[in-house]
Order: sequence, then structure tokens, then C-alpha cells
Amino acid sequence: MTGAITFRRKATDRAMKWVFYLCAFLVVLPLFLIFFDLVIKGAKELRWSLLVDLPHPVGEPGGGIANGILGTVVITLLTMTWSVPVAVMSGIYLAEYGRGKFASAVRFAVDTLTGVPSIIMGIFAYVLLVLPMKRFSAWAGAAALSMIFIPVVVRTTEDMLRTVPTTVREAALALGIARWKATLRITVRTAWPGILTGILLAMSRIIGETAPLLFTALGNQFWQTKLDQPMAAVPLQVFTYAISPYEDWHDKAWAGALVLITMVLLINIAARVLTREKR
Amino acid sequence: MANVFEIRDLSSWFGENQVLKKIRMDIARNSVTSVMGPSGCGKSTFIRCLNRMHDMTPGFRMSGEILLDGTNIHSEKVDPVYLRRRVGMVFQQPNPFPRMSVFENVAVGLKLNGRNLPRADISEKVERSLIMAALWNEVKDHLAQPGISLSGGQQQRLCIARALAVEPEVLLMDEPCSALDPASTAKIEELIEDLSEKYTIAVVTHNMQQAARISDQVAFFLMGELIEMDKSGKIFTNPSDKRTEQYITGRFG
Repeated sequence: MTGAITFRRKATDRAMKWVFYLCAFLVVLPLFLIFFDLVIKGAKELRWSLLVDLPHPVGEPGGGIANGILGTVVITLLTMTWSVPVAVMSGIYLAEYGRGKFASAVRFAVDTLTGVPSIIMGIFAYVLLVLPMKRFSAWAGAAALSMIFIPVVVRTTEDMLRTVPTTVREAALALGIARWKATLRITVRTAWPGILTGILLAMSRIIGETAPLLFTALGNQFWQTKLDQPMAAVPLQVFTYAISPYEDWHDKAWAGALVLITMVLLINIAARVLTREKR
Repeated sequence: MANVFEIRDLSSWFGENQVLKKIRMDIARNSVTSVMGPSGCGKSTFIRCLNRMHDMTPGFRMSGEILLDGTNIHSEKVDPVYLRRRVGMVFQQPNPFPRMSVFENVAVGLKLNGRNLPRADISEKVERSLIMAALWNEVKDHLAQPGISLSGGQQQRLCIARALAVEPEVLLMDEPCSALDPASTAKIEELIEDLSEKYTIAVVTHNMQQAARISDQVAFFLMGELIEMDKSGKIFTNPSDKRTEQYITGRFG
């Protein structure tokens, strides 16, 4: 009798272990499927000119998404120049000073913002910037993306700072270091790998965003580096190509998607490498 | 002045819970004072009042006066940041800054307290502090290693060096040996004796033997009250209060 029970327990144990394994496998499966699918379908249009040429008109072979790549880089950097400091410092506020009603309100608002569909950010930036400026622009695109980027980074920064033990803060203060310095130079430094990972993951998130750019940066078929003008972006070009009725544009959409996911993948790898503890 | 600290009727509360009750105590210059007592008697709370570590604890409040060289440490003239430069602290758990090397751990207080010392001065002070903390010989070839890669006992001496680097007058130690093995404990105790020539030291401990070994005077706390304070020789051989005697003979605590 005991033997049978033991056998059953062991069998269940093993079965459950496989269930956990299987679920973990199912989680990573889409990444591989997406990537292989893109490699296969995107390979057709994937050549050097894709990365360095402007788009060609329909039916004309060749052409690339170089202006989109540049636009994505510009809009992303633009977004981050103000979003990183604002987000990290808000995270510091929440983790280090944030008690009471105001902090709870900020936390609630940030959590809500994280859940707001990204197209709404686009519409908001459209109303806020595009209408008064009377033109689509990189500024407006960056503004929309900031609203996606900032809440994510605020919360990861707060969470990462909370993993820093109180004893570290106490040790810093006990040395007679002013609080703001202790916070920036010791507490934030301690949590920095985590904060940086959060920044890079949020960055790869906004690189792929399409909806917030539709009514803001709009897209562009030409080179454009002026920030108050409509600007191309890789996801916008993928979108334009994908909804078009033309076969060769579909192929370019696949290739563009491959470029996009490669950028995201590279950033994620960079996040891993940069934040690996040096020993 | 013979007394560094004069504590007058210090009471303190965490919320509604009174932790210290009307403590009166003098701490003499260049001496080692032990604060001993069973867990929860308020000894850590007490010592952390002396460098205002509770300032940021929500719900903490206190009454009474703590005088450092005759000045109330809560008076408007006293900036807690400067107070803590004069009154350093070593904690129960060795807490070197993670992601900082041995050198940086000791140097960081000097670098961040706004004095803008030249690099050579910093190196010199780091070396001197590590020598004083009896750690120099063990780490002089590994200054670039992370502080947390050292052993527990070394980490605690690193924390002592870190505290000494900013040149305080008083060193508060909150159960500095409770997380250490006996060999490391012996080293730290020896160090405390050496340091007492130049510094005023207050040590919290629940270890009576330790209090007897290292201190000039011992204060016995029970339930937030200072039961008695006397020369170390006297308190362990002939205590005035019955409760001290009971504690020493292992009746409770």
C-alpha cells in the first residue's frame, strides 16, 4: 500500500515537473517562431540596399528603409533625452521619498499610464502638438513615445531601488553624506544594472511601437532630419508596406520587420551584456 | 571636557510604543562604553539616537536632550549630516557598498562629503584607515576587488575603515560582532581596544563576556530603562541592582 502511494506521489511529482517545463517552453516558442518566420520571408528583400537606400516607388525593384532606420534612431534618442532623466528621477522619488498621498497618486497614475493603449498616446500627442503646430513632426512622435517609455521606466527604477537593502542607505548616511548625494551616488549606483536594464527594455519597446507614430511622426518617403517635420520610422514603413496591395511591398514589409526585430534583439542582448556583474 | 555625550532624560517612541524611558547617561572621551541588555531592551534604538539615524524613520519621536560637547544635537545649529561626520557608525551586519571596490568603499565618504580632496590625499587616508582597521595587510594587493568579495570579518573591518576614513570623533557600533565567527570577533575586539586611544567608542552588545573584555564602562538596559551604569569591573563583580545581577548570572535575557 505504502509502495503504491509512494509510486503515485513520485509519478505526480514528475508529471508536474514536465507541466512546468512545457509551459516555460511554450513561452519562448513564439520568439523562435516569429524570428524564423521573419528570416524566411524577409530574406528575399534583405540586401545591403535595404539598409542604405531610400524607398523606391511601387514596382521599381530595390530600394530600402534607410530613412526609416535613421528616423527610428532619431525619434528614439529624442524620446530618451528627456524621458530617461525624468523617469529615473521620478522612480527615485517614489522609492526614496515617496510616502503619503501624492506618492500613491503618482504610483496609481503611472500604473494606469502603463496600461493605456499606445494609440491613445498618439491621439493625445496629435491633439497636443500636431494640431497647434499644424504639422506632423518627430517632436510629436517623441512626445507620444515618451508617454509609453516614462511610466515603464519609473516603475522599474522604483522596483530596482527597492531591492537595495536599507543597510546600504543607512551606511551612506552614517558617513555624513548628504541625502541626495547618498541617493544618487550610492543607492542608485547599487541598483544601476537593474535600472539600465529597465531603460533598455523600454527602449526596445518604443522602437517597435507603430500606433503612437501614425498621427504624429506620420512617416516620410525621403530623408528628413529636421525635428519639426514628418519623419520616417521602421515600424511605420512596415505598416505602410504591409497594408499596401503590392506583392513586392509585402516582401519589403517582411524585410523591414526583420530589421526591426533584429534591432530589438540587439538592444536586449546589449542590456544583458552591459549589466552582467563584473567580477 | 571629559564627557563627549551627555544624555538627559531621553525617551523615545515608535508610534505608540515607548522604547526608551528617561535615559540619563554620560559617555566619557576616549573610552569604550558598552550598552548591554536582552533583545528588545532598546539598546540599538538608543545608540542610533546618538547620530540621529532615526530622523527618517516614520513614526519615531523622542523627548529629552542629547548633548555632544555641550551642544544639543537636535538644535537648529546642528546639521545631521555634519553630526554624522563627527559620530560614525558601524552596523550589525557588515554592509560594504555593493558594486564598489575595497578602495572605493573606504574612499567614498571622503569623496562625497564635499571637501574636494586631491586624489593623493584620498589614497593616503584610505591606506591609513585600512591600517587602523587592521585590514591593510590583508587587502593591500586587492584594493580593486569588490568589497563584498571579502570574508565576513574582513567586511566588518572594511566597514570600520570606511567609518574611520571621514575622521569622526565618536564611533558607534551596533553589535559589530554578532554576525561574525569567534576569530573575527577577537580581531574586532582587539581593534576596539586600540581605537579607544584616539576615539570615543560606544558598543551595543548582548554578549556579556564581550562587554567585560572591551569596555571601560558598561550600561545595562532592560525594557527601555537604564538600570545601571558603572565601571566594567564593578558591574560584573558587584552590581548595585538586583536585575543586573540576575541578568549577569543568566536568570533572564
